[in-house]
Amino acid sequence: MPIIVDHLNCIYEAGTAMEVVALSDINLVIPDGQFIGLIGHTGSGKSSLIQHLNGLIKASSGTVYFNGEDIYDEDYDLKKLRSKVGLVFQYPEHQLFEVDVFSDVCYGPKNLGLSKKDVELRAYKALKMVGMDDEYFYQSPFDLSGGQKRRVAIAGVLAMEPEVLILDEPTAGLDPKGRDEILGLIKKLQAETGMTIILVSHSMEDVANYVDRIIVMNGGSVMLDGVPKDVFAHYKELEEVGLAAPAVTYIMQQMKEQGFDVGTDATTIAEARDEILRALGR
Amino acid sequence: MIREITFGQYYQTDSALHRLNPRVKLVGTMIYIISLFLFKEAAPFALALVFLAAIIKLSHVPFKYMIRGLKAVIVLLLITAVFNMFLTRGEALVSFWGLTITKEGVIAAVFIALRLIFLIIGSSVMTLTTTPNQLTDGLEKLMGPLKVIKVPIHEISMMMSIALRFIPILLEETDKIMKAQMARGADFDSGNMIKKIKAMVPLLVPLFVSAFRRANDLAMAMEARCYQGGEGRTKMKPLKYGKSDVLAYVVLAVYLAGVIVLGKWL
Amino acid sequence: MNIIDVSKLVFEYIRRDDEGNVEGITTAIDHVDMEIKQGDFVAVLGHNGSGKSTLAKHLNAILYPSEGTVWVDGKDTQEEENLIPIRKSAGMVFQNPDNQIIGQIVEEDVGFGPENLGVETKQIWERVEESLKAVGMYKYRKKSPNRLSGGQKQRVSIAGVLAMHPKCIILDEPTAMLDPSGRKEVIRAVRALNEVEGITVILITHYMEEVIHADKVYVMDKGRVEMQGTPKEIFAQVDKLRSLRLSVPQVTLLAHELKKSGVALPDGILTTQELIEELKKVR
Repeated sequence: MPIIVDHLNCIYEAGTAMEVVALSDINLVIPDGQFIGLIGHTGSGKSSLIQHLNGLIKASSGTVYFNGEDIYDEDYDLKKLRSKVGLVFQYPEHQLFEVDVFSDVCYGPKNLGLSKKDVELRAYKALKMVGMDDEYFYQSPFDLSGGQKRRVAIAGVLAMEPEVLILDEPTAGLDPKGRDEILGLIKKLQAETGMTIILVSHSMEDVANYVDRIIVMNGGSVMLDGVPKDVFAHYKELEEVGLAAPAVTYIMQQMKEQGFDVGTDATTIAEARDEILRALGR
Repeated sequence: MIREITFGQYYQTDSALHRLNPRVKLVGTMIYIISLFLFKEAAPFALALVFLAAIIKLSHVPFKYMIRGLKAVIVLLLITAVFNMFLTRGEALVSFWGLTITKEGVIAAVFIALRLIFLIIGSSVMTLTTTPNQLTDGLEKLMGPLKVIKVPIHEISMMMSIALRFIPILLEETDKIMKAQMARGADFDSGNMIKKIKAMVPLLVPLFVSAFRRANDLAMAMEARCYQGGEGRTKMKPLKYGKSDVLAYVVLAVYLAGVIVLGKWL
Repeated sequence: MNIIDVSKLVFEYIRRDDEGNVEGITTAIDHVDMEIKQGDFVAVLGHNGSGKSTLAKHLNAILYPSEGTVWVDGKDTQEEENLIPIRKSAGMVFQNPDNQIIGQIVEEDVGFGPENLGVETKQIWERVEESLKAVGMYKYRKKSPNRLSGGQKQRVSIAGVLAMHPKCIILDEPTAMLDPSGRKEVIRAVRALNEVEGITVILITHYMEEVIHADKVYVMDKGRVEMQGTPKEIFAQVDKLRSLRLSVPQVTLLAHELKKSGVALPDGILTTQELIEELKKVR
C-alpha cells in the first residue's frame, strides 16, 4: 500500500507570535516494501512527518494518500489507517501498562475489535517475531530488561499487522549489542514480511548499513532524498545542518587526500575494506 | 493539543512587575481578590477593571498569551453564571418549564462572571510574572512564622516548586503516551463515561510509572548535590524589599481604600 | 594521592516477591578494585546491566558497599560525617537531562548546589557565572531549562556540579539520551574541564567514540572489572569486547577487518591518521 505525501504543510500556533512551521511543502512517494532511513537533527520535522503518516497530527494544508485514498476525507477510518501504518515511538517501552507481557501485546489487536482467538493469535505471532520466549509471556513487562521491554513494545505494534512500520529511533539508549539486535530484527522482519519500513535514526552508520533509501529532513523540508551513496556524497551539506556522513566516508576521503588511490563513496565498513584492499592491490 | 495549556505558566520578559518582590505580588493578589468580593456595585468594579488593565500593561505579557488556555475556565464560569441566573430570587423576567430568570439573578450572574474573570486573570498575572522559585520563596517567607508551630514550610515550598517545574514535562509526556496508545488503536473520545474511564488506564499507568521514575531520579540528583533540607541553606536570590516594592505596597493600599470608598459612598 | 580508591567492593541487594518474601540475592558489584589519580580522565564501559551505574553511585555515596571500601578524596563513604564532603568533592551528572534539573531558570539551577552548601550569596553568583561560562552556557542563564536542547540541558547539569567546586566529576551515561550533536557538545565540555581545569573525570558510557581520549578505560561485565588499560590496549581486543556486548570505534573496526583480510596492521588503531600511516607502510 503506497503512501503519497502531497504538498504537506504543518504550522503550529498559526497566526500567533509563537508560530512554528514544522513542515513545509513535503512531497514524497513511499512505495511498497522499501526500507527507508529518515534522518535529521532534533527539531528538523521528522517526528512531525511520521505522525502525519498515520493521521495522529492533521496537516495545516496538503494531504496524505494511503493506498490511493485521502486520509483527511471525512469518512476515512483513521483507526484503520493506524493499524495499517504502525508507529513505534521513541522509548516505546514507556507505553507498556498491562499486568503481563502477553496482555500488553493484545491491547492493539483488541482495539481493532477482533475475536479473542484472533487477538491472541496475533499477539503470539508478534511476540515470536521479536524473538520473545514463552517463559516471559506471563511476566510483568516492568520486570524485563531494557532491551526486552523494547521488543515487547515493538511486538505491541506488530500485532496490529501493519503494512508499513515506522520506528522512531528504536535503538536509543541501548548498548552496542542491543542496537545490533534490534536493527537485525527489523531487517529480518522486512525480509520475511516485505513490510515497508521507515527507520528514524541519528546513527549514520546504522542507516548506511540497512536502508535502501535515505530521506534527510532539515528545517521542516526534505533536504536530500536518494540511495545512501548519493546522499552521503553530499557530506559537506550534511555537516552544515548538524549531520554527518558515516565515519568510513571520512576515512576514505582522508586517505584519498593523502595519496591513496581509493574511491570515496564507501558508506559501510565492508565496502571500505574492499575498496582499500583493491587499492592495495590484494 | 496538551501543550497549548499555557495558563499561568511563567512568561519570560523584563518588566517592573517581573522585578517586584514576590511577597508583594502574593500580598497584592490576595488584596485584589478580597477587593473583588467586598462589594457588588458597579463603581468599585470599574476601579478593579482599571487596576487590572494597568497591571496587565505593566507586566509586558501579551494579553493574547494571557487569555489563551482559558477555554476550560470559561465553561466553568458559564455554568456558575447560569446557576446564579436561575437560583436567585427576585423580580421575574422570563419563565419557562417552571424555571424563572430573575432580574436579580441576571445581575448576580454578571457579577459572579466578572469576579471570576478578574480573579483568574489577576492571579495569572502573578504566576506569569513570577518564577515558581520566587513564588515559593515568597510563600516560604510569608508563612515563615508558621515554622514556630513545626509546619515544614521549607519542604512544602520545595515540593511546590518541583511540582511546577515538572508540570510541562508531564504534560508533554501525557501527549506522547496518548499518541503512542492511539497508534495502537486506542480511542479516548468515543463511548460512554465508563468506557472513557476504562480507556484512560493505558494512559494513566505509564504516566504514573514515569512520574515515579522521575521522582526517584530527581531525589537522587538532589541528594548528589548535597541537598539536606532547609537547614543551613543560603539563598542565591534572597528576598529584599526595594524602593519599588514599598511603592507597590502604597499603590495597593490606595487601591484598596479606593474600592472601599467607592463601594461605601457612591 | 588517589582521588578515588575502591577496594574489594561488593554490592548485593535482596530481591523480594510481591509479598515481601526474599527471592534471592543479586550481586550487582562483585569484588571491584579501582584506583583513580587526581586529574585523570577515566572511562568505564559496559553493557546495560553490567553494574557500571551501580558502581558510579558508590563513588558519590548514594549507595554504600555491602563489603569492601570506597574512599573518595581520602574519606570512607561509609562514615556518616563524610557524606557531604564526599558529595561536594565528587559531583555527579546523571543520564536523563530532565530529571536532574531542579531550577526553573538555568542560573537558579546552577545555584542549587552552592545554596545547599551554605555558600554566601555573592559567591554563589560568582560560582554560577564561572560554571556556566566553563560549559559555554552563560548566555542561556535566564532561560527556562524546558526550552533547551538535550545537550544544553546536560551542560547545565555539569555547570550545576561545577558550581560546588568538586575535584572530580562522575558522569553516568550523560549522552545516552542525546542526538549526535548533543553528544559531541557534552563530551567537548567534559574534556575541556579535564584538560583546562584539571578536574578528574569518570565517564560511564557505552559509546566507544567517547572514550578514545581517556587516560584509562575499565570494562565491566556482570559486576566485575573484565578489562582495564589504555584505550589502545582495550580496543585492540575487538572480539573480546564484542563478547561483552560492546563494540569498537569505526576506524578500529575497519583496521580490524583489514587485518583479518591479511593486511599487516597492528591492533588498537584509534584514529584515521594512525590507520593511514600504517597503511602507507604496507603499501
